[in-house]
Amino acid sequence: MHPYQEFTKGIVKENPVLRLLLGFCPTLAVTTTAVNGLGMGAATTFVLLGSNIVISLLARYIPDKVRIPCYIVVIATFVTIVDLLIQAFSQELNKNLGIFIPLIVVNCIILGRAEAFANRNRLIPAILDGLGMGLGFTLALMVLASIRELLGNGTIFSIPILTGTLPPIIVFILPPGAFLTLGVMIAAVVYFEKKKGA
Amino acid sequence: MKTFFLVLVSSMFVNNVIFARFLGICPYVGVSKQVSTSFGMGMAVTFVMTLATAMTYLLNYFLLVPLKIEFMQTVMFILVIASLVQIVELVMKKVSKPLYNALGIYLPLITTNCAILGVALLVIQLQYNFPLAIIFAFCSALGFTLAIVIFAGIRERLETADIPRPFRNVPISFITAAILAMAFMGFSGLVK
Repeated sequence: MHPYQEFTKGIVKENPVLRLLLGFCPTLAVTTTAVNGLGMGAATTFVLLGSNIVISLLARYIPDKVRIPCYIVVIATFVTIVDLLIQAFSQELNKNLGIFIPLIVVNCIILGRAEAFANRNRLIPAILDGLGMGLGFTLALMVLASIRELLGNGTIFSIPILTGTLPPIIVFILPPGAFLTLGVMIAAVVYFEKKKGA
Repeated sequence: MKTFFLVLVSSMFVNNVIFARFLGICPYVGVSKQVSTSFGMGMAVTFVMTLATAMTYLLNYFLLVPLKIEFMQTVMFILVIASLVQIVELVMKKVSKPLYNALGIYLPLITTNCAILGVALLVIQLQYNFPLAIIFAFCSALGFTLAIVIFAGIRERLETADIPRPFRNVPISFITAAILAMAFMGFSGLVK
């Protein structure tokens, strides 16, 4: 596969959330505002990139039988780094994302990429794959978060857009709105995919 | 006694792991085609979650805190949970064949169930004492079981329903979950 495609496939064609249907928990939980969505996306991309690099370099030396625990340790290390960085630089983001920062460790996208891609590819494709998948995840989160923030609060990135014209539909920033918006988003992706294929 | 009851109601209904905390969505969508399998999954989660929370709790307060290495929480907890699941699987296979046949297939899936790690981290964050932490874990898992069994019951009916094509499978699951989450929001006034 062309290296460029390794990067782009994660964005639309194999978008981790909307097409591969992975990593729902952080997707639903943190997307109350666009800023949170972006923060979560960036943190996950960092971990994904780091673990892809380390695992693609070490894959040859890790015995096959204990590979999953080894991958988990690598991922957990990067998650700890990100956790400490966020605590150091943005208390607000730390408060908003809360428990979902350490939970990046069990985000199936990351272990999935380690097992399905990074351990059998060289460094450069692994980096591109990590970046692409991370970007795809971030994009899906941002779209979901923007829709929820716009409908639930009338703003995107705290910039007022609908305030005054449409009363905020509070339910969109509450848990049911997360399920509803993501359900409709996935259905829309399936619909357009079918249309393009036909 | 009152605190125990409050934690029980709050972790099972008000802050339901799936509908309010968004933990364990993957098995919720993945293993909910039939009521019987989802009940099995719920029981496996209950067993592992209670045990894992007890172990990580003790580990945290008797090892990480005295050594002042709390930043190792994420790494240590996930390792404990992963090895615990393996041990439980081995022990169950040796000791009770029927139990293994009923729950065994769900066990490997549990390692990456974020509800387990999530609850283990939550009890530390909420600064519960040990008995309260166990109750919290056990009732959260029962809340998970409740959610997944209700959902499987609805989903069995959905199989025969005429759903618009793009909405089949996952999208309709999420929309059902949205309505269920709204129903669970009715509990939100119960415990502050």
